[in-house]
Amino acid sequence: MQVFGKTQDNLWTLIAAPTIWGGHFLFSYLLAAYRCAPNADPFRGIGGTRIAIAVATLVSLALIALILRRSWREWRADGGGFRNSQDTPEARERFLEFSTLLLACLSFAAVAFETMPILLIGDCR
Amino acid sequence: MTDRRTNATGEPNQEDEEVRRGQEERLRTVWAAPRSWRYWSAVNNTEVGVWYTAAAFGFMLFAGVLALMMRVQLAVPENDFLSATFYNQVYTLHGTAMMFLFAVPIFEAVAIILLPQMLGARDLPFPRLSAFGFWCFVIGGVFVCGSIFFGAAPNAGWFMYPPLTTNEQYTPGYGPDIWLLGLSFIEVASIAAAVELIVGTLKCRPPGMRLNLMPLYGWYVLVVAGMILFAFPPLIAGDILFELERMFDWPFFDPSRGGDPLLWQHLFWIFGHPEVYIVFLPAVALVAMIVPTFAQRPILGYSWIVLAAVGTGFISFGLWVHHMYTTGLPSISLGFFSAASEAVAIPTGVQIFVFLATLLTGRVIYSVPMLFVSGALAIFVIGGLTGVMVALVPFDWQAHDTYFVVGHLHCVLIGGMLFPLAAGIYYYWPIVGGRRLSDKLGRVAFWLMFAGFNLAFLPMHYSGLAGMARRVWTYSEELGVGMANFASSIGAFVFAAGFLVIVWDVLRPRGKEAHARRNPWNAGTLEWLTEMPGESWGVRSVPIVTTRYPLWEQPNFIDDVDKGRFYLPDAEEMKRETIITSVLDGEPLQCLRVPGPSFMPMIAAVLTGAVFIFATFHWWAATFAAMGLSVASIIVWLWRGTAEIPEKAEKNVGLGLKLPLYKSGPHSIGWWAMFITMTGDAMAFIGLIFGYYYFFTIHADFPPPAAVGPGVFWPGVALAMFALAWGAALFGGISNRAERIGTSRALMAAGTLTSLAGSAALLWGPYVTGLDPTAHVYPATVWVLAIWTAVHGGVGGLMLGYCLGRSFAGRLTPAHDVDISNVTLYWHFMGGTALLTVTTLALFPILT
Repeated sequence: MQVFGKTQDNLWTLIAAPTIWGGHFLFSYLLAAYRCAPNADPFRGIGGTRIAIAVATLVSLALIALILRRSWREWRADGGGFRNSQDTPEARERFLEFSTLLLACLSFAAVAFETMPILLIGDCR
Repeated sequence: MTDRRTNATGEPNQEDEEVRRGQEERLRTVWAAPRSWRYWSAVNNTEVGVWYTAAAFGFMLFAGVLALMMRVQLAVPENDFLSATFYNQVYTLHGTAMMFLFAVPIFEAVAIILLPQMLGARDLPFPRLSAFGFWCFVIGGVFVCGSIFFGAAPNAGWFMYPPLTTNEQYTPGYGPDIWLLGLSFIEVASIAAAVELIVGTLKCRPPGMRLNLMPLYGWYVLVVAGMILFAFPPLIAGDILFELERMFDWPFFDPSRGGDPLLWQHLFWIFGHPEVYIVFLPAVALVAMIVPTFAQRPILGYSWIVLAAVGTGFISFGLWVHHMYTTGLPSISLGFFSAASEAVAIPTGVQIFVFLATLLTGRVIYSVPMLFVSGALAIFVIGGLTGVMVALVPFDWQAHDTYFVVGHLHCVLIGGMLFPLAAGIYYYWPIVGGRRLSDKLGRVAFWLMFAGFNLAFLPMHYSGLAGMARRVWTYSEELGVGMANFASSIGAFVFAAGFLVIVWDVLRPRGKEAHARRNPWNAGTLEWLTEMPGESWGVRSVPIVTTRYPLWEQPNFIDDVDKGRFYLPDAEEMKRETIITSVLDGEPLQCLRVPGPSFMPMIAAVLTGAVFIFATFHWWAATFAAMGLSVASIIVWLWRGTAEIPEKAEKNVGLGLKLPLYKSGPHSIGWWAMFITMTGDAMAFIGLIFGYYYFFTIHADFPPPAAVGPGVFWPGVALAMFALAWGAALFGGISNRAERIGTSRALMAAGTLTSLAGSAALLWGPYVTGLDPTAHVYPATVWVLAIWTAVHGGVGGLMLGYCLGRSFAGRLTPAHDVDISNVTLYWHFMGGTALLTVTTLALFPILT
């Protein structure tokens, strides 16, 4: 929900970035598994699959970067402080924004990790 | 008119001692545990939580004895203390009991005791559900563990890999059935706990406790309960397939008829790996509560802990195949799981650094709980580092199925779970027992356990690298691991002795030993409001919380709570009550009437347990009879104990606040519980659907041409019927609220009939096209999806019938419509299930 150009954070916005990681992970795994089953010809290249996963990676990283940008901006706009233990809606918002920011960083790194196999492995062996 | 007993607004004057004494008496009566034999009908968290914890520790000691038997057998090469077949039963039951009967249930048990206290709630929202879960757990656990005394215990490893376990030739007897049915039953208990704990953390926080003020334990509980919801159902799906193969020869895992044993491994480890974190996170949660107390400062990096808990919760679902590196999957698949297995080390490491930073910046008080915490961190870090090693595919290929992995997993589980739990026992015992445990015995226990642990498990890393295989009852002298094994065996006994010191410390007679003083560790969080000895009402009044550590940071807090200056200081109507608040900011929304003692949860659990136990021994008539009785008992329980219409619309809960006593739709906790339960249910269904598409990827002729069956017509009829029933539920609810009672009742009746007709049509499709489930995996998969959906249709029909009955009985009215609004929610999920089933069964064969 947008309020004056600012998103009201909640538990769903908090888990959005790791959910994108989950989607990317499942997509990569299922696509490769489908491509390599029943694996009659393990030496044949799987270039198409690798490209598809690379595209999924770019899309996921872009989406996570958007979440990162939003949470960073709003957190900074809320003062950017690390103290978020006060009894105010602003503190709650700042806490959720900063946690979202951290989770987005982790998800970004995790998606990058998940992409490494396609750089190194070119067939179904 | 005001006298000294009331204040200007007509509320009771909390400063008058006589007023307070009257309130306390009423609260005490309302929340008292039943006496004599009726004691076992108690449902309050202070009773059920303690039983639950005690039972889990009982199973742990049993599994510990099994471990010692293994260590005696392995102390010297070529020993014959245990026979090979009995050793198989012993190690299988050791793993099974430790994981299913101790590690996971202890989380639920401890959370049931602590969570309401930490949230300043009188009880969790569904105490009878907790009690039901507890009884399921005890019955299932005794059934599984008891089997070893009849030589009938499961004996094929705690993961039950087929075809070893599905083939009567290799595993005769009831062992695997006992494992499957006993544990499926316990999984029900876990899901019940997940529902309770998610609703508890989100909706039962005290007024003012915003998300950023919630104790870290609450965050961990929320994450872990969410994980249970996504991890356990795939195992239930796997269990269903497995048991159908064992009992009726449906070939899901039999390659000669198109099945694939790897499907079981996938379903098992989709559960099994997150489970490691389901075990670890709640224990770290205890550390997150203990560390600030003994550093005497708030936790440093609260957001970072939330990052760690949520991040681990997610990434732990991307690790399951690292248990399957040696099954011959393509390297690219292994690569994805290896990457995730490395990535999960980031959030796991973050929380350890947060604890260290908190300790470094505080003034640390050395004590027994801190001793166990430091031991835990040391051991867990070793386990974590070997974990990073085995997460690498080439290393794992060397170490797989050796004692290296045994050493690794015990470092993780004992360092990450048992030591923090021991710290938790020493820290929280005053809340349960009203007294502190002995510092002296605690130190003795710690050093015995710490030294014993390292002596037992560090040498295993060496034995494993030297080539000693897991799960084999003995080893030859030439392997050169005799010395290492002897050391492990001595270490195991030293460790066990240390644990027994704790058991003694807990159980030893206390005589006239004085009670601990209140808040004995000078902690800052709400659970330490508890008086010593505790009162069963939990908190004297439900406080307004404005800080993370109210006992440290809110002036005069304990006195205000005790004098009843906050909410619900009384129980005027002699009913158990607690406050429901909003998710983000903890704004008070409802005064919830919480149900009191009842034997119904126990009766329902016994009858449900009977279904599983009778099925194990193929006593079909008894199984169906028990099934009928179990459904009947649950209906009686719901009819008499849920969605009761209160005598007035709202009540004054104190401080001039009036709250409604009844809420329905998304504002009611029942709706949340239904939503959470159905999310778990949908996950199990997705597990079955995963099976269908899994076979599609590995077989060129799966599914066969559409003509084979179940065809399009009957599944189509079923879908139409289910759509009508869904509409009947939806509009039944709407017309009830619009006070068109007649229409509403007609719709409910029609919905009941059409859903039953839909179920029948769905089963008729595969039957009339002659699909034989024992012939090949395709018909078997079709049948299992059809049966799953038909059963859900039947349950949906039953629910609509129940609403109809409630309407006639005057328990479901236009203003009080919890029943139908929850049933409508069920039907949204049911509609999705039917749509996906019919699309898969009828349309997918046409498209391929």
